[in-house]
Amino acid sequence: MGAKVKLISGRTVAQGQNLDNKLSEEYFKAVALCELSAEDMEKIGASPGDNVKVRTEYGEVVVKAKQSTGYPEGVIFIPMGPWANAVTSGNTKGAGMPQYKGIDAEIEKTDEPVLNIKELMKRYM
Amino acid sequence: MVEELLIKNGVVYDPINGVKGEKKDICIRNGKIVEEVKNPKVIDAGGRVVMPGGVDIHAHIAGGKVNSGRLFRPEDGRKGLKAKTKLCRPESGYSVPNTFAVGYRYARMGYTFVMEPAMPPLAARHTHEELVDIPILDNAALPLIDNNWMTLEYVKSGDIDLLAAYIAWIIKATKGYGVKVVNPGGTEAWAWAKNCDLNDAVPYFDVTPADIVKGLAEANERFEMPHSIHVHGNMLGHPGNYEVTLKTYDLVKGITPYRDRPVLHSTHTQFFSYGGTTWRDFESKARAIADYVNANEHVSIDLGSVILGDTTTMTADGPMEYSLYQITGRKWTNHDVELETGSGITPFMYSGKVGVHTIQWAIGLELALLTRDPWKIALTSDHPNAGPFIGYPILISMLMSKKRRDESAEEMHSSIFDRTELPSIDREYDFYEIAIITRAMTARTLGLHEHGKGHLGVGADGDVAIYDISPEERDAGKIQKAFLNAKYTIKGGEIVVKDGEVVSTPEGRTFFVTPECDPKLTDEMMTKLKEMFTNYYSVSFANYPVQDAYVPNPYEIRAPWRS
Amino acid sequence: MVEITDVVCPLCGCVCDDIVVEVEDNRVTKVRGACAVGKSKLMGHGRIKSPAIRVNGALKECSYDEAIKKAAEILAGARRPLLYGWSSTVCEATKLGVCLAEEIGAVIDNTASVCHGPSVLAIQDVGLPSCTLGEVKNRASLIIYWGANPTAAHGNHMKRYSYIAKGYFLPGGKKDKKLVVVDVRETKTAKMADKFIQVEPGKDYLVLSALRAVLYGHEDVVPDNVGGVSKEDILEVANMMKEAPFGIIFFGMGVTQSRGRHNNIINAIQVTRAAHTHTKFNIMPMRGHYNVTGFNQVCTWETGFPFAVDLSRGFAWYNPGETSSTDLLIRRECDAALIIASDPGAHFPGESIKHLSKIPVIQIDPFANPTTEFADVVIPTAVSGVEAEGSVYRMDGIPLRLRKLVDTDYLSDEEVIQAILEEVRAIKSKEGE
Repeated sequence: MGAKVKLISGRTVAQGQNLDNKLSEEYFKAVALCELSAEDMEKIGASPGDNVKVRTEYGEVVVKAKQSTGYPEGVIFIPMGPWANAVTSGNTKGAGMPQYKGIDAEIEKTDEPVLNIKELMKRYM
Repeated sequence: MVEELLIKNGVVYDPINGVKGEKKDICIRNGKIVEEVKNPKVIDAGGRVVMPGGVDIHAHIAGGKVNSGRLFRPEDGRKGLKAKTKLCRPESGYSVPNTFAVGYRYARMGYTFVMEPAMPPLAARHTHEELVDIPILDNAALPLIDNNWMTLEYVKSGDIDLLAAYIAWIIKATKGYGVKVVNPGGTEAWAWAKNCDLNDAVPYFDVTPADIVKGLAEANERFEMPHSIHVHGNMLGHPGNYEVTLKTYDLVKGITPYRDRPVLHSTHTQFFSYGGTTWRDFESKARAIADYVNANEHVSIDLGSVILGDTTTMTADGPMEYSLYQITGRKWTNHDVELETGSGITPFMYSGKVGVHTIQWAIGLELALLTRDPWKIALTSDHPNAGPFIGYPILISMLMSKKRRDESAEEMHSSIFDRTELPSIDREYDFYEIAIITRAMTARTLGLHEHGKGHLGVGADGDVAIYDISPEERDAGKIQKAFLNAKYTIKGGEIVVKDGEVVSTPEGRTFFVTPECDPKLTDEMMTKLKEMFTNYYSVSFANYPVQDAYVPNPYEIRAPWRS
Repeated sequence: MVEITDVVCPLCGCVCDDIVVEVEDNRVTKVRGACAVGKSKLMGHGRIKSPAIRVNGALKECSYDEAIKKAAEILAGARRPLLYGWSSTVCEATKLGVCLAEEIGAVIDNTASVCHGPSVLAIQDVGLPSCTLGEVKNRASLIIYWGANPTAAHGNHMKRYSYIAKGYFLPGGKKDKKLVVVDVRETKTAKMADKFIQVEPGKDYLVLSALRAVLYGHEDVVPDNVGGVSKEDILEVANMMKEAPFGIIFFGMGVTQSRGRHNNIINAIQVTRAAHTHTKFNIMPMRGHYNVTGFNQVCTWETGFPFAVDLSRGFAWYNPGETSSTDLLIRRECDAALIIASDPGAHFPGESIKHLSKIPVIQIDPFANPTTEFADVVIPTAVSGVEAEGSVYRMDGIPLRLRKLVDTDYLSDEEVIQAILEEVRAIKSKEGE
């Protein structure tokens, strides 16, 4: 069962600590995830640690679900980085700036694995 | 290798050495003026006007404020686009040109030295980084010292010696040249969206702008400083401010300068010579200012003369820029600097069809024409505030041609006839007087004549401008053209401009002053200063002073303590 | 062991300059005073071992000379090269980068393009009433973080400069100050706030408009609910703004990267102007990298324009939306790219990476990252602020000088760009003959 959400991305402390360490396990753990409210978790039938697939008009990506407080229902957060950007549009609407926040997305629980950086980058090449 | 240059058949105007349009050879060896040369490269000046390299006493060419002006005005940047050449880097900008354009354009006008007159001490590294990127020109920068909390506190307690110790420290820490004052007290008040008149108390500090000006003038003369305090006073740009201006001049009348120079340089005085009570009854009071300057020896002025058209105004006088933005409703940037100063920037258009602008335009010229002794006057437009420096040749042609002024007045708002006396002034400057107000007076007022600038005497820097004009020429259009693009500009013995084109781009030097203070005073001052850093600054004491890396081509002037 | 004080942190736009570092055996062993993220940067991570060139799909180690030569060949032969990044290196490197862009007719752009580029566009529309961070510390009794989460992104910001800092006129620190946070989610920063305003995603513009109307005395036009925020809350924040003798809005990517982009910032600056009719009010972008501001400064004084500068015509052409990196890549216009001190592989939208990964890419960076996965020439460099010194600009435009703490065999960014520039000039002059 899926849910329609707004996706935002941004910095976290763990993401920042591993800025110079992106090919590591620590970075993968810090960034290949999606924070969302208990309500949205329930809506898609996911438990913490499950994988979720995030799909937008521009692509899809699988990340780990992380239940988190502070999120209103319908708003999910992926730390800035290659996983969030896998589903971000390059359309800048003439302003030079892609829209990294407030992207219309659909999420669903999945059994597909979370790709690592090398696998993720290969998709572009 | 000995490099020699001989400029012959020039008609030389070298006011510092009393040379008044004489046919005279100029010899340069290894970058300096010498008596004679043996095997020189020869330039035939062919009877053209020859002057020392121009020295600009006041133009905002580098630093945070200038760059904020560039950044927020891409529309200005697009006005001056010029592609790179084999030698020159790309140019951009009109009122806020990029660093390369600043160097090339000044050099084309025969200038070889420019003073950046407003360096926020905390951002001094920025000013120096830009100065280094300006090709050709020798330069210096005046740190803003008048709204600094250290200054306010010492003025309040009356400790002029400790104030002097602070001045010495901050001029050294910023690799600056002297003491700059901008809206004393008013800029601190602006941190609370307020302003100060000359005798208002500065909020929380319990001193007045008058105390600050007097205190700084006294402290400055504790050293053998090459330059007097450089003052942008209170109430700039307000109708009726000429009285504040005259009162400010009077404050320092009794102070003895360390050498034969004024104790106060009044900058962009056009903006301080206003009569009336509102913009409706606004009028010129240039006559009152000129009378004062004529009657006194302790004040020098530069004009801040208006060049009509669009420009970018910028000053550490934050409240003034806010007022201007409220008038125009255009974009407005403000940047207050902790414990020290502030700044504001807003675009402005001077139009000859607008009464107030027309009066402002006239005032700058009136000041030049009504002040009898040109040694008290410097030609400036307070670049870019009253207009960009590239308009200097227009100002020169106006001063040299009554006919041109009359023709312009005809085209302008009628207020020029009833609110100014410009149309009735017949005086015309000659080349000698122009040489005074564009190089000799400015070099002497800055004390640079003792360091090779502004004259062509033996030992001076080989900085020479040859203008493509004969000394007899009176046609304003030809004068303007000649001063815009020099036939030759020579900098340190090297030809940098030929036929109005830049032909070489040596690096400029940065002049800075090292005031030498009594170590005991310095120690005492330092206790207080370090408290300021520990508690209130947002940078560490250790990271504050400008490192030597930022002044790769230094020229140091020592200013001993006068015991 | 050597203790080095007053170390300048090369991580975020706060550029804290009071860090204490212990160095032992030419290695940073202890860091005091930095936030968690800054500390991690100063302590260091695994490095790219050697310059490398991609051969048959795999990176093959080579000498600096070979890598630099290859990089120069790529750039000299490109028709539409892009020089991107520059925000985590020093101004000295950027200056040489502008030279290189002029030499090869490149577009030069920095990470502001995908960060505070919209803020620059807004400033070009309405200006920026602002101040230095010390002004905030000493005077600001009201601090508003709007779409910014300093607890994650600028760890020491509140402590050194804003809400928690003690200042001359506010000796009690946060006791004397009020904190307002506007965000779409309740961040850690929001949890600290005296007033948290939770706005619906993409509705910041509406809330700003309402606030502006109130500040100009038109509260009658504001509906009961704006973008998920009650009118009551809007009136309360407006009152707090009017009553503070000195206030500031710090805004982050929550407003630059969401719907409305630069229009949000224009509106936020207009709100500041409106507040300024009552009191002293300021606004400042929370710049991300330690020298993202410095690139914009250098690029502005050298070319006249702050970012996304196209030098293919010989003079500077500035038209973000056309000359900005994302747009160039989406249009598949670039045929080579030099990426320095940044990681578009991680931080560009997938759509633009698609093209970037297909063209020759030169990467200059101390650390391997997603960009390395497709880079064709990889040139490792010294870590600025740890192994190399240089000039940087804090988020409020204050210039500071990064210190060198330990020695290294790696070339600095400056040296590498200089070498590439010389090599490019050599190629061009040979072609000229």
